[in-house]
Amino acid sequence: MKISEWRSEESCYEATAKMLKRIEKSELNAYITVCKDDALKLAEKYEKRELKGKLAGIPVAVKDNITTKNIRTTCASKMLLNYLPVFDAHVVERLKQEGAIIIGKTNMDEFSMGTTTETSYFGVVKNPYDLSRVAGGSSGGSAAAVAADETVLALGTDTGGSIRCPASFCGIYGLKPTYGLVSRYGLIPYANSLEQIGPMASCIEDLALLLEVIAGKDERDSTNVGKSFKFQRSFKDFKVGVLKDMGASEEVMEKFNEVVDKLRKNFYVEEVSLQSLKFALASYYIIAMSEASSNLARYDGIRYGYTEELSGSWTEFFSKIRARGFGEEVKRRILLGSFALSAGYYGKYYLKALKVRKLITEDFKKAFGKFDVLISPTMPSLPFKIGELKDPLTMYMADVNTVPVNLAGLPALSMPIGFVKGLPVGLQVIGNYFEENTILNFAIEVEKTLDSSER
Amino acid sequence: MEDVTIGLEVHVQLNKLKTKLFCSCPLNYHDSPPNTHVCPVCLGMPGAMPVLNKEAVKAAIKVAMALNAKIQQTVVFDRKNYFYPDLPKGFQISQYDRPLAFGGYVIVDVDGVEKRIDLKRIHIEEDPGKLYYKGSITVAKYSLIDYNRSGAPLLEIVTEPVMKSPKEARAFLNKLRILLEYLDVFDPELEGAMRVDANVSIAGGGRVEIKNISSFKGVEKALNYEIMRQRNLIKMGRKIERETRHFDEAQSITVSLRSKEEEQDYRYFPEPDLVPINVEELMKEVGKLPELPEEKKERLKAQYGISENYAKVLVLDPKMSDYFEIVAKSVNAKIAATWVVDVLRGELNYRGWNFLKCFEKFPPEEFSKLLNYFLEEKITEKGVVEVLRTKLDQGGKVEEIVEKKRLFAIPKSEILNFCKEVIEENPKAVQDYYSGKKQAINFLVGQVMKKTKGRADPEETAKILSDLLK
Repeated sequence: MKISEWRSEESCYEATAKMLKRIEKSELNAYITVCKDDALKLAEKYEKRELKGKLAGIPVAVKDNITTKNIRTTCASKMLLNYLPVFDAHVVERLKQEGAIIIGKTNMDEFSMGTTTETSYFGVVKNPYDLSRVAGGSSGGSAAAVAADETVLALGTDTGGSIRCPASFCGIYGLKPTYGLVSRYGLIPYANSLEQIGPMASCIEDLALLLEVIAGKDERDSTNVGKSFKFQRSFKDFKVGVLKDMGASEEVMEKFNEVVDKLRKNFYVEEVSLQSLKFALASYYIIAMSEASSNLARYDGIRYGYTEELSGSWTEFFSKIRARGFGEEVKRRILLGSFALSAGYYGKYYLKALKVRKLITEDFKKAFGKFDVLISPTMPSLPFKIGELKDPLTMYMADVNTVPVNLAGLPALSMPIGFVKGLPVGLQVIGNYFEENTILNFAIEVEKTLDSSER
Repeated sequence: MEDVTIGLEVHVQLNKLKTKLFCSCPLNYHDSPPNTHVCPVCLGMPGAMPVLNKEAVKAAIKVAMALNAKIQQTVVFDRKNYFYPDLPKGFQISQYDRPLAFGGYVIVDVDGVEKRIDLKRIHIEEDPGKLYYKGSITVAKYSLIDYNRSGAPLLEIVTEPVMKSPKEARAFLNKLRILLEYLDVFDPELEGAMRVDANVSIAGGGRVEIKNISSFKGVEKALNYEIMRQRNLIKMGRKIERETRHFDEAQSITVSLRSKEEEQDYRYFPEPDLVPINVEELMKEVGKLPELPEEKKERLKAQYGISENYAKVLVLDPKMSDYFEIVAKSVNAKIAATWVVDVLRGELNYRGWNFLKCFEKFPPEEFSKLLNYFLEEKITEKGVVEVLRTKLDQGGKVEEIVEKKRLFAIPKSEILNFCKEVIEENPKAVQDYYSGKKQAINFLVGQVMKKTKGRADPEETAKILSDLLK
């Protein structure tokens, strides 16, 4: 549902109540926590014209790894099952300042570690287009909720594709902003140097509006660059690079190439290959897991989160708590990350991964010397069947097209370009640093192109 | 002790700063209830992020400059990963292979001989919280954690292994403490202000690290014990293995903590939530360092004409030299130095006080007034000491104490009159004196003292009497 459609509803309160009912009856499992009472109260306030701002009266779902004061924030982990944050994330403060109705906290892979939401302690999020398939991850709940009108807007987080993957699988728009554009204060970290909070919506205009609200200066995040974002429509001849290194299954490629061919009629389109991309996945997982192993060290059952009364030494205590509180994938990544950072292996893995990261960044910079945007299929396949990805490596492989963007810190959008076998296919549009406007304007052109030839 | 090698890692809390290293929690937690100076950042709550306190970096830069160390161009931080309940994030933000500064040195005085102690590096890190055990660590059924200290700014200063004796180690720490006080970044009186890890080895043996010694005296004691322990083992033909030991302050012994095999792997990597800081800008803000002990000593000698020895003692404590300089404004400098260094310092030591406390208990302006009474011969030397002690112990105003204790000295002319009276009234004693019993004069002095209720200066009186009896 678009904001314009929501605004055309007669009563915000009624619409909210209807939406809450839809969520209640939903089979998607998009939400971990629904803020029913607060949402209705805010809707009532909106009707009394007491709610002001750019998002006044608009339901926004927030991924459950973004802290919300006094609303439980679980990261879809048993470890934080009953964790009540004492503060709001910067983006949540912004939502509240702009009058948004926070409708609930969305399901995700445990601590964002996954591509299907199957690692969630609360179970998998189902794909609105096919309930036997996954919604994608890790921001699967946010994407499914947007796609199924269980919210209007949603916030996701993207560490290696976690916004773009589910956006692609659920046929919506999801943007991973330039690293440093949106404050991460209050984002419970998986891999700090890679992730950003970003908007998810059912049209470009709404996506841009939500980005306007959450982007901007916040001194509590030292990596925040202090830039704000304002959507500006512009028209130009885009130079489009098609990333040869980012492939997909035959059926997805067919759809993708169809779009590329249509774009060729209006724009300068050229294939481009970035040599370093073949190392991206390995580099990404080493860096992400290394940071994760350290970020997740704080969950020891002492100050907050899952705990038990246990006897024994300190080491025995925290080991048991962590063994029982974390899921399998989280434990795997902590172990691998700890290993990669260990004495004797640090140079072999972590430092090498950083070198690759630098190479990738330089390759992208070079490419943006020539192109305005780089495009690829967002995901290498159609949405997976639930349970289809049996081993972790196959799951990691699914991120192959999305992780390079995080390594380089670039902004990237996933937008729907049509369906294959009734399932959505997403186009990834990568822009240069802080060129979110270029990406969005290009996306509008892509839509025009597709509309004129009918999708 | 030529076969002994000692290196120190000194943790200094930059406890004069207003706020913690990565959040805005106030640092004045020392007298506060547990867990009252905390926030999501220093408690490591999920989603909270560190923001570097630039003032802490500036203080650290000052220290590095004073220690002649080579400051690096950018300040970057790393994570040191290990599990401990006092470490709320499960890692400590520290600096690993790119510390704030490399090298540097300190010149110390060991039994009158100057020695240069070279430094390896200086880096900034955050303090963990503090564990409390009810009773003691061995009997407590549980431990309590106070995170007030968590995130306090620490400076770790690592020396090269160049010290040859516990005494040298002590001299180094003393010198370091004095420098830190001059820089006004450090209050040694606060709990946990300075903690030391000491590495000690005897030629041929493994290096033993003694962890977390919390006092100056502790360092010397721990090292003395450890050297003795290692020598005994060598005598028995045993090899000294590399290990980490813990200093038990109460028993003054060291106890094994872990062997080399059990050494932790801290899995250092760059802290992704902080950005590199350029030092140049901060160096500009720091500007010139305040006057340091060496300079100050030379200036005191030149400006006040006091001796090398007095100047040397005065600069040991910046507050003492400040005190002296205020007194010297209105009192002859040499006399001021004698009284401050020889008398006042002794009285303070006796009470376990320092000059900072003296500023409060006996402001230098008042001390000057007292010394001037003496210089104007209004009170005796003994009187000065008596007022000084009374003032320190009971307070009050100098002139009131002098008045109350009737300490104002009697003018010489009046003493002369009393002496004449006493000679007239005590012919026997006078007779004895003339017949060679010189000690009879003591009796006469006593009589004068009685008449003046002790206000006459005994030496002065004796001199007048012997003159009269010539």
